[in-house]
Amino acid sequence: MILWELFLGFLKVGCFAFGGAYGAIPLIRDVVMSFGWLSEEELANMIAVSESTPGPIMVNLATYVGSRRAGLSGALVSTAAVVLPSFVVILLVMGLLKALIKNRYFQALLRGMKFAVVGVVLATGLQMTARSCLGAGAAPDGKALAVTALLAAGMFALPRLRKKATSPIALVIAGAALGALLRL
Amino acid sequence: MNSEKKQNRGALASLFFTFARIGVFTFGGGYAMLSMIEHQCVEGKQWITHDEMMDVTVIAESTPGPIAINCATFVGWKLAGLAGALAATLGIVLPSFLIIFFLAGAIDRLMAMDAAAGAFRGVRLAAGVLILDAGITMLRKMPKKPLPRTIAALSAVILPAAGLFSLRVSALGLMLSGGAVSLGLFLLQQGRSGKGGGGK
Repeated sequence: MILWELFLGFLKVGCFAFGGAYGAIPLIRDVVMSFGWLSEEELANMIAVSESTPGPIMVNLATYVGSRRAGLSGALVSTAAVVLPSFVVILLVMGLLKALIKNRYFQALLRGMKFAVVGVVLATGLQMTARSCLGAGAAPDGKALAVTALLAAGMFALPRLRKKATSPIALVIAGAALGALLRL
Repeated sequence: MNSEKKQNRGALASLFFTFARIGVFTFGGGYAMLSMIEHQCVEGKQWITHDEMMDVTVIAESTPGPIAINCATFVGWKLAGLAGALAATLGIVLPSFLIIFFLAGAIDRLMAMDAAAGAFRGVRLAAGVLILDAGITMLRKMPKKPLPRTIAALSAVILPAAGLFSLRVSALGLMLSGGAVSLGLFLLQQGRSGKGGGGK
């Protein structure tokens, strides 16, 4: 029965979580709490862990909760349930899109949405950087600021010298190494 | 026929491993992944164009579920149909599944270690820089006209400002407003040029 509950719970998360994991946290909390899968503190911990481990945050959460409640089968069921809706929706949208994309009114709508998403992504990057540079009590953390400056230089200034784009993978590795060395 | 099959299998393997690599190195969720996908699938393999990348970003934001899954399914489907969509999605999910599954028990102990906790924080800082990189790339490739600039600037200001006043403004709401403004201006222009009312 627990497998069925996990499936339904994470299917709900997958169906109604718009705008990525951060927008979906209230919904995830609601589902996880209503079934009594995690305590408030475990959930907060798990969100931090999901942010620090690779992969989509929602998938990480589903795998974690599933494996805690029902081992491997729980992890498989929860992960499949959270992935399924977006997979199916994209396949449906792709079929529709081919017809819609030629429509001038739809094109105008899509154009405006694309301009807005540029702002949304920029703001999210700034917010996330700012949040991670603040230490306890919202005071700026010197070490974190220095590492951010180094990483930003590597991403944005270095390509001009090397005439070659910095690989995001290299940046992630550099971040981890600097963080471990400096005990961030 | 046989070589076609072989080629197809090659494309599926390439999709799986490319997205598995993106899955292993993407920390901090979907937006950080945009930069990774842009580097791997647009600039590297040239599977999709930047404009298609923008389409899929907008679609991913307007449909439910993890943005990363939406992107992987889109690219996989475009390249190799249903099998491609499955290969790419499996590729992006599998690494995090294995990591979380095997780390679930040890993760609390790991986070208690100074060096590991530092590495995790460093990775989060890198994720923030990657999201900025994705945003700057988008900004650079946007048409340099007043309307796109105004919409992008407004949404960049409104999102964090609303957070400060603890209003709940969703990214989707902002995007739909941008779309509505663009559609409205388009209709206005059409009406003015006298061709108004004509369907598609």
